[in-house]
Amino acid sequence: MSGNVSKKEPVTIVLFSGELDKAIAAFVVATAAASMDMPVSIFFTFWGLNVIKKDGGLIKGRNWMQKMLNVMNRGHARRLAISKMNMMGMGPAMLKTMMSQKCVPSLPEFIKTAHALGVKFYPCEMSMSVMGLGKADFVDECEDVIGAVTYLSIAKGSNVNLFI
Amino acid sequence: MTQYAIDKSLDARGLCCPMPSVKTALALEGMKTGQVIEVLTDDPVSKKDLPVWARSTGNHLLGIEETDNIVRIYLRKG
Repeated sequence: MSGNVSKKEPVTIVLFSGELDKAIAAFVVATAAASMDMPVSIFFTFWGLNVIKKDGGLIKGRNWMQKMLNVMNRGHARRLAISKMNMMGMGPAMLKTMMSQKCVPSLPEFIKTAHALGVKFYPCEMSMSVMGLGKADFVDECEDVIGAVTYLSIAKGSNVNLFI
Repeated sequence: MTQYAIDKSLDARGLCCPMPSVKTALALEGMKTGQVIEVLTDDPVSKKDLPVWARSTGNHLLGIEETDNIVRIYLRKG
């Protein structure tokens, strides 16, 4: 963001989980790192893809198994469960209220802020093909769809690497 | 009153980790090297985090003033 720091210290995050609490944790670290002028890349894989799914389009996928999976696993930043005490949606509703009382940004706000700070979002190609999803199913903030090798080529040059 | 000549003031009261650092970074983007920003925060984490943030981004911490649970942090853009 600012300053004369010559050496950039990149951060890479693998977001494997699709729960609200874990996604918030990933985005807190990502936005804090971006504010420190560290280049941040998030690799969204498997359930983590739910975090960056666009709203709408209930039936996605090519075969009945993919369609069934995507109906039961709709995703989108506003629709995520939490990893403990979900209580059929009561848990996330209460958590969201408690977080907004403390002025913690919502997940969609975190996604926007992270993007504005230059955080790169990479959806995982292999998970997408298993689930029958295409790039159009994800928010516009996403960069290229990449595979494990490309992810590792970014991660090996980074100073901090998290798996959430 | 403060002893620093301020070029910009950022009211980050009510915000919590990591937003004060994020807002400070965004505010400094539009400023010139050597200019001074005042950041107001009531977040106890940011009182510790903003000086660390300044150090790791090459900006200079000029001072911290605290009155009635409001912390004013003065940074010079590096």
